[in-house]
Amino acid sequence: MSQPTITFRVFRFRAGDPDSARFEEATLPVNETTTVLDVLERLRGGDPPLMYRHSCHHGSCGTCACRINGRERLACTTRVLDLDAKVVTVEPLRKLQPVGDLVVDPVDFFREYPSEWQTLRGSEWQPEASPPVDLPGFTRLENCIECGACVSACPVENFLGPAVLAGLNRERANHPGKEAQLLELAECDRGVWKCKRALECSRVCPTGVYPARHIQELRKKLEQ
Amino acid sequence: MIIVGGGGTGAALTYDLSLRGIEVTLLERGELTSGTTGRHHGQLHCGARYAVQDTEIGRECMEENATLRRIAPGSIEFNYGLFVAITEEDEQYCDTFLPACAACGIPTRVLAPKRALAMEPNLNPKLRLAVQVPDGSMDAWRLALQFFASARYNGADIRSFCEVVGLNLSSGSAVGTQSRVTGVRIRDYRSREEYNLEADLVINATGAWSKRIALLAGIDISVSPSPGTMVAVKGRLTNMVISRLHPAGEGDIIVPQRNLSIIGTTQWLAKDPDSIETPEEDVEEMLRLAAEMVPAFKDAPFHTAWSAARPLVGETNAAGLRALSRDFSLIDHSGSDGVERFLSILGGKATTLRAMAEITADRACEQLGIQASCSTAEHPLRPARSFYSAHAQGAPASRINAGSEERIV
Repeated sequence: MSQPTITFRVFRFRAGDPDSARFEEATLPVNETTTVLDVLERLRGGDPPLMYRHSCHHGSCGTCACRINGRERLACTTRVLDLDAKVVTVEPLRKLQPVGDLVVDPVDFFREYPSEWQTLRGSEWQPEASPPVDLPGFTRLENCIECGACVSACPVENFLGPAVLAGLNRERANHPGKEAQLLELAECDRGVWKCKRALECSRVCPTGVYPARHIQELRKKLEQ
Repeated sequence: MIIVGGGGTGAALTYDLSLRGIEVTLLERGELTSGTTGRHHGQLHCGARYAVQDTEIGRECMEENATLRRIAPGSIEFNYGLFVAITEEDEQYCDTFLPACAACGIPTRVLAPKRALAMEPNLNPKLRLAVQVPDGSMDAWRLALQFFASARYNGADIRSFCEVVGLNLSSGSAVGTQSRVTGVRIRDYRSREEYNLEADLVINATGAWSKRIALLAGIDISVSPSPGTMVAVKGRLTNMVISRLHPAGEGDIIVPQRNLSIIGTTQWLAKDPDSIETPEEDVEEMLRLAAEMVPAFKDAPFHTAWSAARPLVGETNAAGLRALSRDFSLIDHSGSDGVERFLSILGGKATTLRAMAEITADRACEQLGIQASCSTAEHPLRPARSFYSAHAQGAPASRINAGSEERIV
């Protein structure tokens, strides 16, 4: 049985040289398990070498988020054939500074995201289980992998952004003592009231953070 | 000094050297940890998996496990682990396993099936016993980023998307003297240009890619990429790391992380670390072995499968290679390879990255006559996010709208 072939259009761009922006096309055979990241890995050896971000290959690090056929997704967990398209276009995330090809600089994302906010939470999995006597309870890493997909998909400008506001709401849950200070940040000029409820953030989030729900919760709390 | 390779080893080494006050530049051809480190299983080992085979490795893992929990708690889910005995043979292995753990200083607690099932309801109900050990899960990317963030805070220069395409050598000035590495030639993917960077010492920390870098100095080191398959299913089926109570083998460790459960691993040999395809049959086999410990694996929705290329150190030149720990090798190329100011560091485990870096940094300082000792175990690492928030990048790229096709044509 012959393998299906798909045409990939990958955005190429050299920092500081707007004229270099173009799409490079390649037609490659794929199978059911081929991911968009697998395809980028096959194309890496070109000249000049393709710039793209990746690390964990299983949806845990958040580095490989890009726009695939116009929608923000993780390249590593997006199977090419699931896109149900003969042509697959891969572009960098919007709103973050382009560095080259598919790479954006996460600096603007993290400028808004306080580095000290907690990364761990209590685990809600197997709630009936009793943890080892050596532990007060089971913990796990927070859902948000800080990939920037929601920021890119959000139509609102000059905004703290969905990831930061979701993180803020999680930080409230983890540290009730910081409530007043966190709510003050949430209602700043660039805070929750700028959200237009487009819900794009929740649609594109690859790890089920549902930032729009967190923003809604913060608004309700502020209205009380 | 220049470190080549932005994996876990390069991260810990750059941080260690920066804490000693040494000017250090790290070069990575892609994104940081885009090689093997980011793709590893995510287990914070306590050493129990290795205790029977090798007491030294077991002890080292236990020590480093405690150190990493102290200096990088934000990247670690510390929920302990269970070694589960499913068969009578597994149960008998306990008699070998427990004293081996004790010899490594690994605390164990033997649990009756009822108690183990109370902790982890998804375990195979036929289990005969379980042994609790201090295993954990880590976020491979964020742990490495904590080292990079701390190194950058100390002034280290960390350059991703900068590939080392040449090693600059000066030939010996008199007969019989050795050639010496004086710097590297870099291909900067951003500017699409090449340039040289000088250094007093270059350390090759490229793991499964280290053969390629050593060849730039005309040195042949025997390293093979040895990939292993990992399979993730959706849902956190257990909170603790679950290992099979038997001699270390394939598909015998389940590491939960966030909302995923990951079973691994296998081992095969590959030719090129850049083109590794996950064998389809490995995926089925991993899921089958996982289900022996946690039957819910059978019905859990598939998430993804991937492979990570470990560096397997093959036949080595005995004169050039000094095994400082049985788990990793530091090659000083001034030995029989005849190239000074050039080291290669190979192998090791993600759990022991800090210790590996300490030994390598000690050797690097000794070579250059620098008196400075390691203090990486004493200071908490900076948060992963601060890698991006606490630094000023170089010249900003001109803002163009990469967002829409129409506008750029």
